[in-house]
Amino acid sequence: MARITAGIATSHVPAIGAAFDQGRDQDEYWAPVFAGYDWVKEFQRREDPDVVILCYNDHASAMMLDVVPTFALGMAEEFDVADEGWGRRPVPQVIGDPVLAAHLAEQLVIDEFDLTLMNALEVDHGCTVPLSLMFGRREEWPVRVIPLAVNVTQFPTPSGERCWRLGEAIRDAVESYPAGLNVQIWGTGGMSHQLQGERAGLINPEFDNAFLDKLSDRADELRKITRLDYLREAGTEGIELIMWLIMRGALGDKVEELHRFYHVPASNTAVGHIVLRPQG
Amino acid sequence: MRTRLYSLEELNDIPGTTVFNALRSRQAYHLHKFCMSLMQEDNRAAFRADERAYLERFRMSAEQKQAVLARDFTKLIDLGGNIYFLVKLSNTDGWSTQKAVSSMTDLTPDAYAAMMRAGGRSPEGQRSIRGKN
Repeated sequence: MARITAGIATSHVPAIGAAFDQGRDQDEYWAPVFAGYDWVKEFQRREDPDVVILCYNDHASAMMLDVVPTFALGMAEEFDVADEGWGRRPVPQVIGDPVLAAHLAEQLVIDEFDLTLMNALEVDHGCTVPLSLMFGRREEWPVRVIPLAVNVTQFPTPSGERCWRLGEAIRDAVESYPAGLNVQIWGTGGMSHQLQGERAGLINPEFDNAFLDKLSDRADELRKITRLDYLREAGTEGIELIMWLIMRGALGDKVEELHRFYHVPASNTAVGHIVLRPQG
Repeated sequence: MRTRLYSLEELNDIPGTTVFNALRSRQAYHLHKFCMSLMQEDNRAAFRADERAYLERFRMSAEQKQAVLARDFTKLIDLGGNIYFLVKLSNTDGWSTQKAVSSMTDLTPDAYAAMMRAGGRSPEGQRSIRGKN
């Protein structure tokens, strides 16, 4: 059967992608950010996952205009990289896994998660920046990717608790898949940031570090954080952290923290990154 | 009545913050359609060549068009816009997201960048208008 062997969370700031693509990753400003991801690149070489279920949000690139899905699952064989206004990122096309995606879609809808299924989807920096951070420069990505896009932009977003339970259902769905796949689940976005209004630039390291501290063994407290709390404490875009709870919910009760990184700032955002291993 | 963890009114109680919702999304639909059109190079070229003429292709309000021409992001947010759509415009202009975002604050781009390098804007006093915390 398939198993979820690791959960990884990371911010997905577009400026990180731009710095990476333009070879500025060793600049004084960016070097400390990229250094935080050296460990995970070596980890991924050892782990060699088959598939990543990649929770991210579409930034008005493929959805949010005509259709606003709360949870949207990428079903296709491949996902082109979106042009977000400055040309497509020069990174490989993202390769999907339609058979596992179809299995997830069936199981999750049966478990009351009424997903939107995307038979065509272009992916933006929310999906491709984490791939660059986990795998570095590649001719092709060494893993198949099932994108799971979450509405964190248009209020009301799903609650953190709803995201956690979706994660639990994803775990069950993966474990009922007959092929022996090594599956990772990634939660992306965050940490604290606000990209609009006079309050733009908000960073709350106290909130962020408490979130990182509790993610392993006090996650029950994180499940209770309301949307309003996220907006007040972590900024309007800090609510992306609910996607970390999908990842965490998919790992079961006990996890081991393997790696953690926190850095302020990358452009407007507090960067957080954590690697967790499910226990038992 | 179903129970709610908090009143939706409280979403209006966060200083310097507009919460994007379904009604705003509808109000900005044509503005956002314009923004997403800038995801194609042909359209970016047409927009650069004649901004006013290009905007006539969209059923945006006169106020929305004027705010686009003025690159007034604060106004565009007031008129229903959301930053993830609006950065298609600033990206077309070659602005960094940080520059676009900083334009909504009372800081210059340089002062805003310095604030971010120094750790960002503290949440102290920025959580609640009513609670003054």
